Amino acid sequence: METFLLFLPLVGAIICGFSWRLIGETAACWVATGALFLSCILSWFVFLGFDGETYTRDLFTWIASGTLDTSWSVRIDRLTAIMLIVITTVSALVHLYSFGYMAHDEHFREGESYRPRFFAYLSFFTFAMLSLVTADNLLQLFFGWEGVGVASYLLIGFYFRKPSAGAAAMKAFIVNRVGDFAFLLGIFAIYKLTDSINFSVILAEGPHLAEQTISFMGRELNAANTIGMLLFIGAMGKSAQLFLHTWLPDAMEGPTPVSALIHAATMVTAGVFLVCRMSPIMEYAPYATNFIVIIGAATAFFAATVGLVQNDIKRVIAYSTCSQLGYMFVAAGVGVYSVAMFHLFTHAFFKAMLFLGAGSVIHAMHHEQDMRNYGGLRKKIPFTFAAMMIGTLAITGVGIPLTGWIGFAGFASKDAVIESAFAFGGGLGTYAFWMLVVAACFTSFYSWRLIYLTFYGKPRGDKHAHEHAHESPKTMLIPLAVLALGAVFSGAIWYNQFFGHTDTVGRFFGVPYAVEGHADEAGHGEEAMAADGHGEAATDGHGENAAPADSHATEDSHAAADDGHGEAHYVFTGHAGEGAIHMAPDNHVLNDAHSVPKWVKLAPFVAMIIGFVTATLFYIVRPTLPARTAELFQPAYQFLLNKWYFDEIYNWIFVIPAAWIGRTLWKRGDGNIIDGGINGLAMGIIPFFTRLAGRAQSGYLFHYAFAMVLGIAVLITIATLSFGG
Amino acid sequence: MGIADFTFYLFAITTVVAGLFVVVSRNPVHSVLWLILAFLSSAGLFVLIGAEFVAMLLVIVYVGAVAVLFLFVVMMLDVDFAELKAEMAKYIPMAGLIGVIILIQLSMAFGPWATAEGVDLLATPNATPEGAAHNTAALGAVIYDQYFLLFQLAGLILLVAMIGAIVLTLRHRTDVKRQNVLAQMYRDPAKAMELKDVKPGQGL
Amino acid sequence: MFASDIAILLPEIVLSVFAMAGLIAAVYTSKDGMAPALVWLTAALLALMGIYIGLTGEGSQVAFDGMFINDGFARFAKVVILLSAAAILLIGKDFMQRDDLLRFEYPMLIVLATVGMMVMVSSGNLMTLYMGLELQSLSLYVVAAMRRDSVRSTEAGLKYFVLGALSSGILLYGASLTYGFAGTADFAGIVAAVEGGASLGLIFGLAFMVAGLAFKVSAAPFHMWTPDVYEGSPTPVTAFFATAPKMAAMGLLARLAHDAFGSVVSDWQQIIALLAVLSMFLGAIAAIGQTDIKRLMAYSSISHMGFALMGLAAGTEQGVSAMLIYMAIYVTMNVGTFAFILSMQKDGRHVTNISSLNAFSTKEPIKAAAILILMFSLAGVPPMVGFFGKYAVLLAAVDAGLNLVAILGVVASVIGAFYYLRIVYFMYFGEEREGIDGKMSPLAYAGLMAAAAIMLLGVFNLFGVDSLAEAAAATLVR
Repeated sequence: METFLLFLPLVGAIICGFSWRLIGETAACWVATGALFLSCILSWFVFLGFDGETYTRDLFTWIASGTLDTSWSVRIDRLTAIMLIVITTVSALVHLYSFGYMAHDEHFREGESYRPRFFAYLSFFTFAMLSLVTADNLLQLFFGWEGVGVASYLLIGFYFRKPSAGAAAMKAFIVNRVGDFAFLLGIFAIYKLTDSINFSVILAEGPHLAEQTISFMGRELNAANTIGMLLFIGAMGKSAQLFLHTWLPDAMEGPTPVSALIHAATMVTAGVFLVCRMSPIMEYAPYATNFIVIIGAATAFFAATVGLVQNDIKRVIAYSTCSQLGYMFVAAGVGVYSVAMFHLFTHAFFKAMLFLGAGSVIHAMHHEQDMRNYGGLRKKIPFTFAAMMIGTLAITGVGIPLTGWIGFAGFASKDAVIESAFAFGGGLGTYAFWMLVVAACFTSFYSWRLIYLTFYGKPRGDKHAHEHAHESPKTMLIPLAVLALGAVFSGAIWYNQFFGHTDTVGRFFGVPYAVEGHADEAGHGEEAMAADGHGEAATDGHGENAAPADSHATEDSHAAADDGHGEAHYVFTGHAGEGAIHMAPDNHVLNDAHSVPKWVKLAPFVAMIIGFVTATLFYIVRPTLPARTAELFQPAYQFLLNKWYFDEIYNWIFVIPAAWIGRTLWKRGDGNIIDGGINGLAMGIIPFFTRLAGRAQSGYLFHYAFAMVLGIAVLITIATLSFGG
Repeated sequence: MGIADFTFYLFAITTVVAGLFVVVSRNPVHSVLWLILAFLSSAGLFVLIGAEFVAMLLVIVYVGAVAVLFLFVVMMLDVDFAELKAEMAKYIPMAGLIGVIILIQLSMAFGPWATAEGVDLLATPNATPEGAAHNTAALGAVIYDQYFLLFQLAGLILLVAMIGAIVLTLRHRTDVKRQNVLAQMYRDPAKAMELKDVKPGQGL
Repeated sequence: MFASDIAILLPEIVLSVFAMAGLIAAVYTSKDGMAPALVWLTAALLALMGIYIGLTGEGSQVAFDGMFINDGFARFAKVVILLSAAAILLIGKDFMQRDDLLRFEYPMLIVLATVGMMVMVSSGNLMTLYMGLELQSLSLYVVAAMRRDSVRSTEAGLKYFVLGALSSGILLYGASLTYGFAGTADFAGIVAAVEGGASLGLIFGLAFMVAGLAFKVSAAPFHMWTPDVYEGSPTPVTAFFATAPKMAAMGLLARLAHDAFGSVVSDWQQIIALLAVLSMFLGAIAAIGQTDIKRLMAYSSISHMGFALMGLAAGTEQGVSAMLIYMAIYVTMNVGTFAFILSMQKDGRHVTNISSLNAFSTKEPIKAAAILILMFSLAGVPPMVGFFGKYAVLLAAVDAGLNLVAILGVVASVIGAFYYLRIVYFMYFGEEREGIDGKMSPLAYAGLMAAAAIMLLGVFNLFGVDSLAEAAAATLVR
């Protein structure tokens, strides 16, 4: 079953991409879509039938060289199962959606066939993503990692006649190279230290890595931290975290279904998945995880600020994605990997839906993407409006405060992240908490701004487009409806599994747990030696950061009991490598997150309300206010509008010098020196000799004989000269 | 310097000088005559080392046949040798230089000539010992016995030469009348001749 | 004794007797009318002998007191010679017939030339060497001038003859010097005499002999006859020149160098290396200016001989084996290429101008692809087999410490790639113009396709030629 669902998209892609001339365009597309739906159904079977026990299927040996023994296998654990349904569901729906969205495209000439190519790319992407998440070793994971990169490149540049699309595709690819380089270094480091790249081996090595050092750039560094950092830099590239985020907004040049599938729901979350997958190593890399928290929180805040002022509907959602990814990384960084996955899970639904909804709007408005030219569309496209509304309610986190889970998907997961950040404690936790709360406020603002600008107010811009605005076809609306279900309910349904009590989460992820206080006994009872090692390593690793967290835990333990959350506290007792994720026994963030003060729990909700009210004020009550505000804070506005000038700075620091070096090497080095030299040789010197040889070939016999005698003279001269020596 | 030495140097110098004149003489007929002189003095050299059979072969085949053939060819061809020579004169400085170089190096090689150990090559001219087989008989024994393979190969070479001569020159011309011997021999006078009784004053 | 000698020489004897019998039979029957059948018969016999030699014969045997050596090296060379001669006869048959050149002497001369070559590669004595060489050369002089009514053909034959005589003289002079030093004409005797150190006179003898043989392999600067003779001769004869005699002369050179002068490798190494470098560069550079494909192939063969000589210059067993591999590949490539050149014609007339290939690919994509493969292989572009030949000789040269020679070889091969690729360029990107018809006789077509297929399929293991060549080289180099 797992094998089938992995290879079905590939088969679909191959059939669709290579044989559409034989079976016809539409049939080819349906084959790909059908394969995807089948894969999706199988995935749900796997997810619902999964009992928490990790199992692996070896398909074939891929590379066996020395101690490197890599098989192509399918590893199914909870992480994989979650990713499977996210990927296949969104992908299947996007395939379906694309029938409507890609039906007519003015980027291609009349009669030109582009749809099978599009569907084949989508299916290929899905295959690559599936092989990424089902990987049992780093190499296969890297294969999938690069495979999705290629698919992303192809799809961003799908409108290849548009120069900007080509540039965006290149940018995405090149920026990702930076991350991939670090990722590769991380893999090498792991292989060097553990002599393996198979998860079954390396994940269990986490605690040992923390005790080892590795020589990197001339310094002895802690192995676990180094590896964690390198892997996270890889994840930063793929997940568009701050400093490596610049490609994501530009990637919106691709068709909107692509943005929904790749740049919102699946590929960009691969980084989060990687960090969670590597949790047994990350747990013992405190500096790396702290770095993750810093970057994640900064990204969440940064992207939210930029999102406030963007005018392109897709760019707003793109920055929103970027921001939400920051949330996930904060959750992963503070050590609650389940929450990271939770937010990934819910986000996939509502963000895909927002994108598809935006696509529907764009489709209705004849590929107009500037929100300033929208307005008052809710009557023209009511269904899309409803879908977008649900998406916005989900992303802004609407729900009943203090219940924790009764609300839209984003409410449950986002609040879980924010509470976890607070529970992490210390300066870092506080920093992350406030950044995320402010980001939540901004999120609410720009989401509502999007809704108001698009669906409310008076129609602006091209009259013609407004008159012809029409609801999208069924193939586009059905996916919206399905995703809407996910956006509404996915948070509430799986709240406990991801962010419930330790025992529920432990069961869900297949991680051993025990009642607090008995943890030591359990550890002793089972594997006394190993547990000892763990404790030591963990204390070493977490160092000073662990201390405040611990004190927090003890302080709040009474409060927790009052809270009525748990009668008995459970803690994770699994060893590294057991279960889908690993939380060290001294990692109490999950428990603590349930017992944070009430104001903390209310904070995101309040932030959301503030954002909503401000947006309403700006765009419904006083529509002139935004312009005036922008006028008033002109520098700040420009700063945000230009995305903190990241592109400009990178342009100055990297692109222009690189282009200069390239141009110099090309014009001077290659053009003048090498080409000049070669051309001089090829067009001047060699033809000269050719003419000479031609002249010598006079046809006169005595010339020929003369040449022979000359040759003999040379030969015997050489013989004479070399004879003595 | 005994008589043998004297004759050797006489023949040797004559050969070299004659060879030189073959090349430099203006009149091609003279060249051929110089060539004949060179052949003759080489034959003399062969006699000196006791190879009289080879010497006679040289005289009969080369002087008697080849050189005479040359003479005929030269006389039949209308080649302006003077012009060719003038052309060649341009190359004389260069050719001379190279000739000198080769000569110097050859003299370097021949000056300290040393044969490998255990080789008494031509140590004694007139090598046929007294009482041994006659020169011709000895050659025959060697050719048909020891060098049988070479002899047969030489035969093949001659065969090729013959084929070559035929292939390159023989033409079956259809525009000339040929003698058909058999047809001539089997001619029947009775059929070939017809007697006509011609009446005087009438004609046929 | 005598009977065993005969047994060792059996293939040569069979072929000689066949040649004579064929001549007599043809003369007394239908003369030239019999020629086509004779060609088939000859080719079959040559191929049969090739197979016979390839399959039988164990170890090293000598006949006639060491004058004739039948060892693995000789057998390898003979198989290449015989098979290529058979192939050339077949692919050239239709050409000769069409031009009314197919006379019954032609196959017989080829057979006799082949016998000469077989004697050459088997020679164990300076005299055998010379006899084989002359038998071969004389036959070749004649076939070069076969087209009597063409001034160019006769001129080619005459030039070849005169220069060949000069080279024979040089060779004989060298042989006499060698004899003068060693006191024997046997290779075994020479190598024993040289063991204790050679005198300058002997080295001169070697240099002269190498020069004489360099003429036969058309190595620069003794190559001058090659373009003129290649151009002037009837194309099937040119094809023959480019294949079997080259193998024979190269084999003879290797035998002389290793069997007779194997103990003074360093003395001839530099001479041969010089010839190799000169040939590679001259062949590559001079070919650029050519517009006639036959002349171009002449320079191409000069360049290729340079590479083969480079293998020989290594002076090691590996070098000889590389040379043999190179020659086997070279011969195969040339058979294929000439199969095509033989068929280049327009409106019933032969054309040899390169520009007549313009846009050939649009007319005959399959043939053009085959030529493309052959040209790439000739240029040494991986993964075609030609690359592996070059690789083998370069490796041998580097392993023998001839780094400079190897580097120059690479440079020369880059220059040389130009004109091969130019042919491909004309075929695929040339302006549409009145080009050749592209009709091919079935035999030539088969030859072209087989050669192209070998160039592609040989990538996997070179059909085992490399191991055979290694075994052959091992018997020569001791």
